[in-house]
Amino acid sequence: MNSIPAIEQVAGRGAARAAARKTGRKVGGYDRRPGVLNYILLGLVVVIGLAPLYYTLVIGSSDTVSIAQKPLPQWYPDASLFTNFKNVINAESFSFWQAVGNSVIIAVVVSASTVLLSTLAGFAFAKLRFPGRKGLLVFVIATMAIPTQLGVVPLYIIMSKLNWIGHLQAVIVPSLVGAFGVFWMTQYLEEALPYELVEAARVDGASMFRTFWSIALPAARPAAAMLALFTFVAQWVNFFWPSIVLNNQNPTLPLAIRLLQQNYFVDYSLIMAGVFLMTLPLLILFAFAGRQLVAGIMAGAVKG
Amino acid sequence: MSVQSPVEPESDLAPAPRQPRRVGFSQTLSRWDVKVSPYLYISPFFILFFVTGLFPILYTGYVSVHKWQLLQGQGDFVGFKNFTDVFDQKDFWLSLRNTLSIFILSSVPQVIAAILIAALLDQNLRAKTFWRMGVLLPYVVAPVAVGLIFGRLFADQSGLINSWLGAIGIDPVLWHVDPLASHIAIASMVNFRWTGYNALIFLAAMQAVPRELYEAAIIDGAGRARQFFSVTIPQIRATVIFVVITSTIGGLQIFDEPRVFDATGAGGASRQWLTTTLYLYNTGWSGQYNLGRAAAIAWLLFLLILVIGMVNFWVTKRISTGDSNLSKKEIKAAQKRYEAQRKQS
Repeated sequence: MNSIPAIEQVAGRGAARAAARKTGRKVGGYDRRPGVLNYILLGLVVVIGLAPLYYTLVIGSSDTVSIAQKPLPQWYPDASLFTNFKNVINAESFSFWQAVGNSVIIAVVVSASTVLLSTLAGFAFAKLRFPGRKGLLVFVIATMAIPTQLGVVPLYIIMSKLNWIGHLQAVIVPSLVGAFGVFWMTQYLEEALPYELVEAARVDGASMFRTFWSIALPAARPAAAMLALFTFVAQWVNFFWPSIVLNNQNPTLPLAIRLLQQNYFVDYSLIMAGVFLMTLPLLILFAFAGRQLVAGIMAGAVKG
Repeated sequence: MSVQSPVEPESDLAPAPRQPRRVGFSQTLSRWDVKVSPYLYISPFFILFFVTGLFPILYTGYVSVHKWQLLQGQGDFVGFKNFTDVFDQKDFWLSLRNTLSIFILSSVPQVIAAILIAALLDQNLRAKTFWRMGVLLPYVVAPVAVGLIFGRLFADQSGLINSWLGAIGIDPVLWHVDPLASHIAIASMVNFRWTGYNALIFLAAMQAVPRELYEAAIIDGAGRARQFFSVTIPQIRATVIFVVITSTIGGLQIFDEPRVFDATGAGGASRQWLTTTLYLYNTGWSGQYNLGRAAAIAWLLFLLILVIGMVNFWVTKRISTGDSNLSKKEIKAAQKRYEAQRKQS
């Protein structure tokens, strides 16, 4: 029983797994494969997660009359789904492409600035020594516990004084960098960036910023990628603040979908088609980067 | 890195013993660069926080004691009138009831389900990554989208849920009329999106539990269930507290789902599912345009979150350190027995 970890050390995980299988360990050992029931239950969880998305496709393929008659008018999506997509894109109450563009701009700009500014601050907190370092870091962490709703009224007043109401910067500027990102990058760089490397760069005559740019930033890449992903998702689905400072003439996608609901509340096939269109970009992102999202959450991500 | 626990931030913050301080890496370097750069690098966060975080929070206090309309702007100082006005409104109390009810209906089942799913994932599974990703999928569906989908699934007439209930002989439920039914529907939206996410947090904690504890428990004759309750749960205690606190802060601010639960977005005909944040929004930006009163609601909401957060912290701490917990001594003893047994065989 003892040799399995040794095999893993010497010959890698695959060999260890094979060896474990061969010895046919039973004794309720912790590495034993779980039973079928385990997979069935997990399968059920995954199906529950997928079903509502499938439902949007099915309802999106239907029409008002059929939906009113039957809760599930058909079992499979069909070609009328694309007609409904087209109707969403050509909806009169808002410009679909403008909404897509706005969502993309906000998500991309906020993700990029969050990553850059958080890494910069994380580098300072993790690897530079300066008076007040510890106290300031505690302050950053403490701000994470403050609910965002607390300041919305004055923040709105500020935005309207600046004449930013209805403009994207009203959404972008307050989210340029957040406490979570700073904390996350600090944590990561503490471990991932050896002091020796920073000092070597300094001895070689690199300026502080040069050290950051060519030593810290590359070292931070894995954590930075995760931070970018979470920020992107959080901004894409953001609804509360945009619904206060943006308006129907310049909406983001979630606001546009809400407009669909207000204006076409009887036509659920149209609404569901819109819901699917809005979710599609994140589904694609998930297909490519879901692995990193999982790793990020398990490494200690917090709700955004 | 492990999951951050709110109870012992010190250990996360304080780095391991530092190397001796080296003053001045090189005399040729500008001391100015060394001294000022750190503050420069952390300044974007602090500047932004002071302008868009701290200042608005303090200013909320100022606005809340003034008459302040969306269009007319600042009016007279009115003292605590905005607060008393809020207390006089039936909708405010309804919103408190709804928020708490939805919060309990979403957080309790969610934490339990997440722990169970994490236990299913914390096995020597084939295709681990596939299962983990599968569980996380709902996280990328926006709350607004979830709200619209579930709003339809829970439709009073010709909704899928009601037709299923009909199939097993239960009368259709009026999800958009009955307060409790609407709370269940909205809570299920929150659960849908966050259960898998929290399951992964719990999974990470479970994987950090030393495997010897399980081996020792097995030798002591503990079955799967006993191992789960006597080893796993006490060991992931800090994470449970963390998840409960974060879901308290998030859950009490719920807005998106109730906002899109029907087309009007006002929280139901008799405000059955009006949450406090939705009430804040309606007071400030749709309908009353009363920013002074909205600021008062913001403060009250903050107090509510603070109080419930503390209550939750206390309750979870009590529950997860209950008598099923193994003391350090017991763990040691079990480990010893395990060692002895191994030597024998």
